[in-house]
This record gives sequence, C-alpha cells and structure tokens, in this order.
Amino acid sequence: MTLVRPAPAGTAATRPARRDSRRAGRRSPYPSWFFLPAGVFYLVLFVVPTGASFWYALTRWDLYSAEFIGLDNFAQFFREPALVKGFVNTFVYAFLTSGAKVVLGLALAVLLTSQIIARGYLRSVVFFPVLVSTIGVGVTFKVLLDPFDGAVNQVLSWVGVTGPGWLTDPSLALFSVALVDVWKGVGLATLIYIAGLVAIPQEYYEAARVDGANAWQNFRNITLPLVRPATVTVVLLSLIGGLRSFDLIWTMTRGGPGFSSDVIGSVIYKQYQAGFYGLSTAGNVVLFVVIAVIIFPLSRWLNRKEVTL
Amino acid sequence: MRRRGVVLGSVSILASTVVFVVPFVFVLLTASKSQQEASLLEFSLPTEWALLDNVRTVLESNDGILVRAFWNSTVLTVASVAIMTVLAAMVGYVVQRRRSRWNPVVDAMVLAGLIIPPAVVPTIWVLQGIGLFKTMAGLIAVHVAFGLSFCILLFRAFVATIPRELDEAALIDGAGPMRLFFSVIFPLLRAVIVTVVVVQAVTVFNDFTYALYFLPGADNATVQLTLYNFQSQGLNQWNLLFADVLLITIPPLVMYVIFNRQIVAGMTSGAVKG
Amino acid sequence: MNRTRPLTAGAAAVAAALALTACGGSGDAGDGEATSLSVYIDSTPASVELWDGLTAAYAEENPDVTIEVETHPGGSEGDNLVKTRLATGEMNDLFWYNSGSLFQALKPDQNLVPLGDEDWVDSLDENFATVVSTDQGLYGAPVGASFAGAVIYNKDIYADLGLEVPTTWDDYMANNQAIKDAGLVAVAQSYGDTWTSQVPVLGDFYNVEAAEPGWADAYTAGDAKFVDQPALAGFEHLQEVFDAGLMNEDFASATYDDAVRMLAEGQAAHYPMLTGNVAAAIGENYPDAADSLGVFPLPSSQGDANGLTVWMPNGIYLPKTTEGAQLEAAKEFIAWLVTPDSCAAQAEASTLGGPFVVDGCDLPDDVPALVSDMQPYFDSGDTGLALEFLSPVKGPALEQITVEVGSGIRSAEDGAALYDEDVVKQAQQLGLDW
Repeated sequence: MTLVRPAPAGTAATRPARRDSRRAGRRSPYPSWFFLPAGVFYLVLFVVPTGASFWYALTRWDLYSAEFIGLDNFAQFFREPALVKGFVNTFVYAFLTSGAKVVLGLALAVLLTSQIIARGYLRSVVFFPVLVSTIGVGVTFKVLLDPFDGAVNQVLSWVGVTGPGWLTDPSLALFSVALVDVWKGVGLATLIYIAGLVAIPQEYYEAARVDGANAWQNFRNITLPLVRPATVTVVLLSLIGGLRSFDLIWTMTRGGPGFSSDVIGSVIYKQYQAGFYGLSTAGNVVLFVVIAVIIFPLSRWLNRKEVTL
Repeated sequence: MRRRGVVLGSVSILASTVVFVVPFVFVLLTASKSQQEASLLEFSLPTEWALLDNVRTVLESNDGILVRAFWNSTVLTVASVAIMTVLAAMVGYVVQRRRSRWNPVVDAMVLAGLIIPPAVVPTIWVLQGIGLFKTMAGLIAVHVAFGLSFCILLFRAFVATIPRELDEAALIDGAGPMRLFFSVIFPLLRAVIVTVVVVQAVTVFNDFTYALYFLPGADNATVQLTLYNFQSQGLNQWNLLFADVLLITIPPLVMYVIFNRQIVAGMTSGAVKG
Repeated sequence: MNRTRPLTAGAAAVAAALALTACGGSGDAGDGEATSLSVYIDSTPASVELWDGLTAAYAEENPDVTIEVETHPGGSEGDNLVKTRLATGEMNDLFWYNSGSLFQALKPDQNLVPLGDEDWVDSLDENFATVVSTDQGLYGAPVGASFAGAVIYNKDIYADLGLEVPTTWDDYMANNQAIKDAGLVAVAQSYGDTWTSQVPVLGDFYNVEAAEPGWADAYTAGDAKFVDQPALAGFEHLQEVFDAGLMNEDFASATYDDAVRMLAEGQAAHYPMLTGNVAAAIGENYPDAADSLGVFPLPSSQGDANGLTVWMPNGIYLPKTTEGAQLEAAKEFIAWLVTPDSCAAQAEASTLGGPFVVDGCDLPDDVPALVSDMQPYFDSGDTGLALEFLSPVKGPALEQITVEVGSGIRSAEDGAALYDEDVVKQAQQLGLDW
C-alpha cells in the first residue's frame, strides 16, 4: 500500500530473523489472519447486504417483491427534478465544510498545542459539540436560528441589524446548515490534528530554532509536512462525510425550503421514504460512484505525496 | 512567549465561549424553564428554576424508559467500540506494515465502507439468517461492521508513526506476532486509540437509525430513540426536549473528560516517539 | 411480478422461529392462560391517548387478554418501519395504519389476513370498507373517526368583523382582505412543518370531483393532470394567498403548533388544516377555544360546489405472521373495536375530529364546534373522499412543491407540472401503464 514506507535498510542482526520467517512460510510477523476477524464482520454484515441491495437497484422493489427492470431506475434517478440542484449543493456543501474543517482544525490544533492559558478548557469546549447527537444539535440550532424568535436574530436586532431567515431563505439555508456542520465537526478535525502534531518530534523544532527559523517557517517547513497523515485523514473523512451527509440537513431543513437545500443524500432518502426502494438503491449506487471517482484518486494522490517526502 | 500565551488564551476563551458555550447555555436555560416559558424560546433566565422537575419528568416518562435506555446504550457502546477498536487496529497495523496482495482489497473496502450507506432490509435478512435480529449482539455486530472502516483509516495512518525498529527488537526477543502486536504495538497506539474510542463511542451512543431498524421494541430502546420520540411527537414541550438533550449528552461528556486526560498523558509520555 | 428475494428463502424459517420466541416472551399463549397481544401504532400523543383508552376499556371487559402497545415515529419514517416489519416477517400481532393509498402500498393480498368474512363487516361505512379493501378482499377495521381537510376559522373574529362564512373563493378572499385590513393574520400557514402545506391542495379535492366527476379514475389512468383545471385551482389558490400577502410573517418557519396557537388565541382567522389534528390540539392545549373554532370547506373558484373533502380513519390490520391462539384473540379484539363500546372509549380518550364510520357509533354531545359544523355537510351528503382514498397515486414531493408555491418560490403552473412529473414515479412503482 502506498502508505507503507519502504522498510528500513535493516541491520545485519535483523535480516536473518526476517529470512527465517520467510522460510517458515506463513510465519510473517504481520500475519494475514489479522484481517480475518474484522473481515468476517465486514463481509457478513456489509458486503453481503450491500451486494444484494445493488442487485435491487436493477429492480422495481417494494420490499415484498422485486421486478427486474434493467437500468430504468438509473434513468429515472437522473430525471429527478431536484437532482442537478442536489449535485451542486452536495459539492458546495462538501468542499465548504471539509475546507473549513481542515483550515480551522489545523489552526485550532496549533493553538491548542501551544503554550496558552486555559488549554484544557479550550480543548474540551472545542470538542464538546462532537459529543452531542446530530438531532440535539439540529434541534438546538433550528431554534437559535429561527428568523423571528431565534436568539441569533434577537442579538442581531440589539445592534440594529435585521437578521435573515437563516433556514427559511432559499439562498441561505444550505450555508447555514454548512456552518452548523463545521461548528459540530471541527472538534474532531482538531483532535486528529492534535494527535498528529504531538507525534512530531520536538527535536526538529529545536534544530530549526538553532537555525534561526521563525514561527511561520517552522509551520511551513516542519509542521505542515509532518502533520500530513493527519491532514490526509481529515480531508478524506470530512470530504466523504460532506459528500454523503444528509442527517444534519434533514434535521434542520428537510432539504427545504422547497428543494433549495437538497443534497444527493437527501434526494435519495426521500425516494427511500416514499417507498421507492429500488430507485433509492440506484441513487446510492450513483452516489457511491460519484464519491469513489473523487475519493479514490484523491486518496492515492494524497498518500503518494506522503512517500515522496 | 508567556504574555503572548495569556493574550492569545484570553481571546480564545472569549471567542470559544461565544461560539461554543452559548448554545449550550441556551439548552440549559430552556431545560430549566416551565413549559409555557420554554415555548417562547427566548434567551433569558427562567423565572423559576424547574430543571430538576423537568429532568425527573423526562426520566419518568414512558415508565422510566430513559433509565433502561441508558443501560442499553452503555452495553451497546462499550461492547461494539471495544470490538471494533481491537479488530481495526489489527487490520490497520498489518496493512501498514506489510505489502501484500490483500492491501488493495482492504483499501478499497475501507473506502467503500465509508462511502456506501448500509442497506437496511438486506441487512435485516442477513441478521435473521444468522439468528441475531432483534438481539443486542446483532446490533453490536452491525455497529462493528459499519464502524470498522473509519477505525482502520485512522489506525493505518498512525501506525506509520511507530518506528519499525521496535518490531525488529521485539522479534529478536522472540516475540510472536500476537505478542508483538498486543504487548508492543497496541499500547503505543494509545493516542490514536483514545481518538478512535472517543469518536466511535460518540457515534454509537448517538446513533438512532440502526437501533430503530435492527433492535426494535420498547425494552430495547436506546437513549437517542427517546430523543427521537420526543422530537417526532411534535409536542411543544421544549423544556423536556432540551432536558433530554442535556441528560443524554452527559455520558459522552463524562467519557470525554476521562479520556481527555489520557490524551494529554499520551502526549507527555512521549509514547509516539518510541 | 416475480417474487425474487434470494435471501429470504433461507431466512424465512429462522424468522418464523424468531417470531415465535419473540411472541412467546411477551404472551404465554401456549399455557392457555392469559393472552397478550401487541399492537403497533404511531407515537403522536393523540394516538397514544386513544389507544391507552382503548386498551384500558378492553382490559375491563376481558381481563384475560392484555393489549400491549408499541409505538413508531409518525410520517414516512413510520411508513418505512411498518413496511420493513411486514417484509421481514417481524410485524406485531396487530398494527394500526392509514387506509387508502398507504394501505394499498402494503401489498395487502400478500401480507395481511383477510377479514371479509367477519360478522362486523356489514356494520362498516361503505366508504371505509372500500378504502381497506383490494380486489380480493377486505383487510381492516376502523379505529378512530373520520375527519376533513378544510378551513378552520376563528368564529370570534368573524363575529367582530361581521363576516359570513364564505361559499366561493371570491367571498373567501374578500373576507381575507377585510381581516387583513383589521390588522389580523388572514391565513395562518406553517411551512416549518412542511406537511401542513399540502392541505390547501388536498382539501380542494371535493371541488375537483364536483367540477369533473370521475377525475380520480382518469388520474389513476394517467389521463387527468394537476396542471389542468379543475385540479390546478388548488395550486393557484396557494399562490393567490401568498401574492395577496395574507399570511403570518413567520409562515416559513412557523410550526403546526404555532399556527393552531395563533388561531386559538385570535391572532389569525383562517388555517387550512385537518380537523382531526386540530380537534386533538384543542383537546390537549386549548380547551377554552372549543366553541370559537369552526370549520368550512375550502371554497371553490368554479361553479357553486361547496362540500367537505373527507379523510377516513386508520384501519387495524392483522399480518399473516399472526397465527394460532394469537390470531383468534386478535380477531376477537378487532370485533370489539367496531362496537359502540369501543367508540365510546375512543370518544372518551381523545377529542375526535369528525364522525365515526361504524353503524351505531355516534359522537357524544359535547363535541367542539369544529365537529358540529361538519355535521350538516354529512347530513346533506355534500362530502367526498380525499384523493388518496380514490387513487393509489400520490407523489412523494407534494409537500416540498406546495411550500414552494405557497412561499412564492415557484408559480402555481410550474408547481403543478412538477407534481405531475413526481407522481409518474409512484405510477411506475405500482406497475400502472402510463
């Protein structure tokens, strides 16, 4: 795999040991059977049902019976009126939220690993929203962002600003939800970045200090390259999360007003709710392909850069 | 340096308080109001503090379903997170350490698992087929299967920070694969384990869709289902709704407070430096 | 249609075994002692109250049978849970669910126990009998009362302003203008709960059938469309109300609760809504408003049609997985549910929004004005079923489209055209040849 660094050249002492294990055949120190237990869970409860469901994408399926209709579901899905809007919204939402999570997450992580007061408090506070369920967050912000009674607009009115209909203005709703998504998710990005930052040996910074590097140079030349595994993780997780996300959108706007904050995920979910199970499965296949087309090359690219470091 | 820390810290405290704490204060205040006052949804102090009454009402609603739900959620979370953490660490470790023909497969599976949403009805059929439908074990297995991808992704990224020299040394000492992994590598993954445990515990604890479909029945309710029920009833009982939000946020919070120390400890011990 | 379900074949036996153990846990049917039946209902407070009342009343007469109630969330999440349980053979002994098109989507012939031979069938209202039947038989008994989709209005405001109940759309809009001029909200809307936005279109259906009898059949056949009159009128009315600025300023975020409160507290004069829901809300939260809230049909802009669009109550159904002693006990329970005793228990437990659909069941005398206002229309026969009981075709996106039309995001014609597209999917799913 691309993440695997080439094995260190190996000392004379270790080489024979490795050769021994080779000769013994299966007795690698990294046995393949380590995949087995996880593989069983995954195969039985994910691969099998998912494979079965993909077959249903080719059928008209009402749960009780399925009729093979070829690719009609896909044709129907691409005719979905809210689909174009949904695709645009999905990309806007995913890139906006994952971009914000990477930038803010790294900034917060740098801040929270530096020598500042109340570091523990700040870490807890930033991470706290991750702990609250999506429903809890959705309900709370729906109330806070209410255009008339909501606390946000009440505060704005104290300073003479008439707040917008955060979730009821068709041109704003998606961005409001994205903002809440960042609010809720940035703590996780920060946590992953903190774990990455503390793994960077302090010696590098000490050496850089001797060379007279300033803070920005430190960040640019040491922190950023060495925190890359964390960046890869955050980018992949938040982009995938953003591309298939719909639960927060669903709790806060249900894709509305009208269809204005619909993303692919919510379009699919609505088909599912309406009982068009074959159609919604076809939508899932399409979504999978779209995400895979973005994520697989991106993942390979990000991981390759790691090796060339 | 010291002064800058104070200034920066103060600014951060102020900003984070506005952005992150105020919404929770709002939840707390609303949860402390009477139903009429709460329905105005204003940001104000309650005229009479009714927090304890509201909490009691929530706890007693539906024959104390919340208490049972807490127990169910705890069992579910502990079991599924423990299993998926160990299994995912094993996979992430071997994938990172060894080039084999399995790696592209594992890699594709991990990404597929992150991308594809679970297929509900076929999953129920499988669970019925192996006799685990409507059982806690079944729901645990489902959470393990769906949570593995995320964990493997994280472990694979961070196993890379453990120098291979450690493996070599342990092997020379005569350690087998099992001992190498469980007594040498696994403890060194503490920082990322804590991350995985915290995140997955929160995910499992906060999930309600899987519970709704794979473990039906009032006796099996999880805490998120109680919130979902409160919300889907379309009642105007915002005080109780927010009291419920407050109550079910406490366990993850306690867990985080405990593990937060662990994260700090992991850092200072310099474990990852080897 | 092919029955192709690879995994179920093997799973069926296990499922049956599991179902048995599951039932065995709750009811010791095998011992010949007390029987326990489990009923699956939705979790809205009004439903829970209704069933609490019913189970208590039944327990008094039949102490050896315990009825346990399990709830599921309402709306389409609930639809999915019901369908999932039926498809996986995990349904409770009985379940309470919509009649009409949603009932048809359950594949009754395949999944439910036919009840057409039971003694009580003759006592059912004919309309109800058709909406729980397929070509092959009758599958449900009514629990709850019928209700109407109509304009709920505040009688005090009407009296203060000297207004009369309108019978045409123009009269209605004139009233609205007068109310607006008086500084009140003429039409309350609550798009924060999107489902409420459909009522002006769905409740207009009496007028559609009146203008063009047989419209529903033509619609099922794919010949009649919403983009043409008379059905377009419902969408046009939504747009007119928005264009005239008659709604509450927070219409986009207001919830159903907000709208009922505005109406009950006299801030708003009209709210197009289902009488069943409002009656329940009056019973729970605004008992003082019981006499000041009335109802009239959604007015028509064509001809002199003036009648109520009526919804049938939910049915109670028996899944095929209920067998043996459980089945017998369940059938007995259902027979009791359509007796006057049961109706009395229902009226006691909840505030009903319309007449019962069982012979011999009458509403109590102390019904809210809302319900007594409806009686004349029933007496004179000026009622018609809602479209969902006359045609299985209902598109899933109606509520989003009506929100758009009702908030000026989309024109009435565009909205109706979009909805016509939306229902094509449902027609395909049902295997209709459009």
